Amino acid sequence: MFQISAFGDTGLRIQFGDHISKDINQQIRSFCILLEKEGIPGVIEWVPTYTAITVVYDPYTILYSALVTQMEKLQNRLSDMELPPAEIMHVPVCYGGEMGPDLAAVACLHNLDESQVISIHSSGDYLIYMMGFIPGFAYLGGMSKEIATARLENPRAAIPAGSVGIAGEQTGIYPLESPGGWQIIGRTPIKLYDPNSSSPILLRAGNYIRFKPIDVEEYEVIEKEVNAGTYIPYVETFIE
Amino acid sequence: MSNTIIEVVKPGLATSVQDLGRTGFQAFGVVVSGAMDSFALQVGNILVGNPREAAGIEIVIMGPELRILEDTVLAICGADLSPKLDGELLPVWKSFSVRKGQVITFGQPKDGAYAYIAVAGGIDTPVVMGSKSTYTKAAIGGFKGRYLQKGDHLASSPFSFSLKSVSGRGLSPTYVPNYKNVEKVRVILGPDQAAIAESSIEQFLSSSYKVSTQSDRMGYRLEGAELTHKHGADILSDAVLSGTIQVPASGQPIVLLADRQTTGGYTRIGTVISVDLPFVAQKYTGSELRFETVQVEEAQLLYVKRERLLRCLSLGAGVIG
Repeated sequence: MFQISAFGDTGLRIQFGDHISKDINQQIRSFCILLEKEGIPGVIEWVPTYTAITVVYDPYTILYSALVTQMEKLQNRLSDMELPPAEIMHVPVCYGGEMGPDLAAVACLHNLDESQVISIHSSGDYLIYMMGFIPGFAYLGGMSKEIATARLENPRAAIPAGSVGIAGEQTGIYPLESPGGWQIIGRTPIKLYDPNSSSPILLRAGNYIRFKPIDVEEYEVIEKEVNAGTYIPYVETFIE
Repeated sequence: MSNTIIEVVKPGLATSVQDLGRTGFQAFGVVVSGAMDSFALQVGNILVGNPREAAGIEIVIMGPELRILEDTVLAICGADLSPKLDGELLPVWKSFSVRKGQVITFGQPKDGAYAYIAVAGGIDTPVVMGSKSTYTKAAIGGFKGRYLQKGDHLASSPFSFSLKSVSGRGLSPTYVPNYKNVEKVRVILGPDQAAIAESSIEQFLSSSYKVSTQSDRMGYRLEGAELTHKHGADILSDAVLSGTIQVPASGQPIVLLADRQTTGGYTRIGTVISVDLPFVAQKYTGSELRFETVQVEEAQLLYVKRERLLRCLSLGAGVIG
């Protein structure tokens, strides 16, 4: 599927499919790389999501009809595209305790030990389908249904930055302190979002993350390094 | 070196530093923010000799009280919130000189909700991800990432023109918008109009909606004819733009504005066209709004026309000096 439509007078939307899938995500990732390489004048930015890319542009520089033509040209190159290796970002997480106040409840609900929930949650790699909602928030795919848990009935007024939570079949990390109803099972000391850094957002759609269980002492060590600006996240690359 | 130029004596309702927004990071979930009425801010900047994208002070409905700390030139554009200099009414859409010690206040709102104070040189605050715009929810940009408070001191950036050369300039009355008189705004339908019952699309385009009290920089919730979905209100999270109109399960539309999130999970019936966005932003709680459809080609002709006007104004044409 490759359906182009106008989205307001400054947006062009390309729909690549109608459901969440890795294949669609890879097409979207490839197309974003083409957009980056092409550097079409008038194109300001683009927002990849589960099934679509929205290209934001300045109509004074390029009109909708001309941009449609450009997009169709890029589409022809899509099949020849070789994706660069994907990255797996290792995200250290201190599960349970004060940092993961809902771990016990999640374990209880599924008739599991806390350690089993941790091992299930940290076993697979999670594909970053898209970024959105709040700065640095990643929509992840790949959580085991075994630990899927409904949101809290009463959302918390403030969840600390770095909190790792479960909402239904989704898992995610809060990049900044915000209210929310996710079941919080742990916290990472690394910063997903740092407005004053030269690369303010740590994660990229199309890459993967892997949760690495750590204890409180390790958490404190990494936190110090993060605050000192000396922490370098561990990243693996692989060809999909 | 930047100069401390303004002291906040009273902060007003929700006064913040804004420029044209934090673009380029939407793919990472970073909210754009920026002026609710970008046309008014740009004209203000032009009148005081600034680049169009300089940061100014955004004021909504209940304005602040500001003490001037250095002689400079200001322009107030957008809503007419009865601005006064030492108690004397000031014109809107016109630049004027102010002297150290003078005080700016605001009175009754006469037309529109959002006004902008442009200052020669532009307001100087740290640049965060390419912008000085305040986004209070993530506490970034502007003055310490928040609305202005009593006692705050704002600085202006250096400039190379003489203050005299930019004082007393005004926008030609032909181009001054009258917000009250515009009830109808134009939208480009989509991307999810097919998810909404056809009869509801007709209703959306033929009835009148009220701006509800649940309205802020993020968006305006509207009240009126309830729209129905064919198969439910939720979509896979996808991009939204400034002016995008969402229809959640309640059937009451929401127009998304400057502080909208980058993605959303509700059906999108359409998006207000760029040139009409200020007329939405300038509506008060309780005002009426109507919608009509337009094709993208026509909307872009209007966009190009407005962009030409702003470019001409920057060159001095259409500015009455």
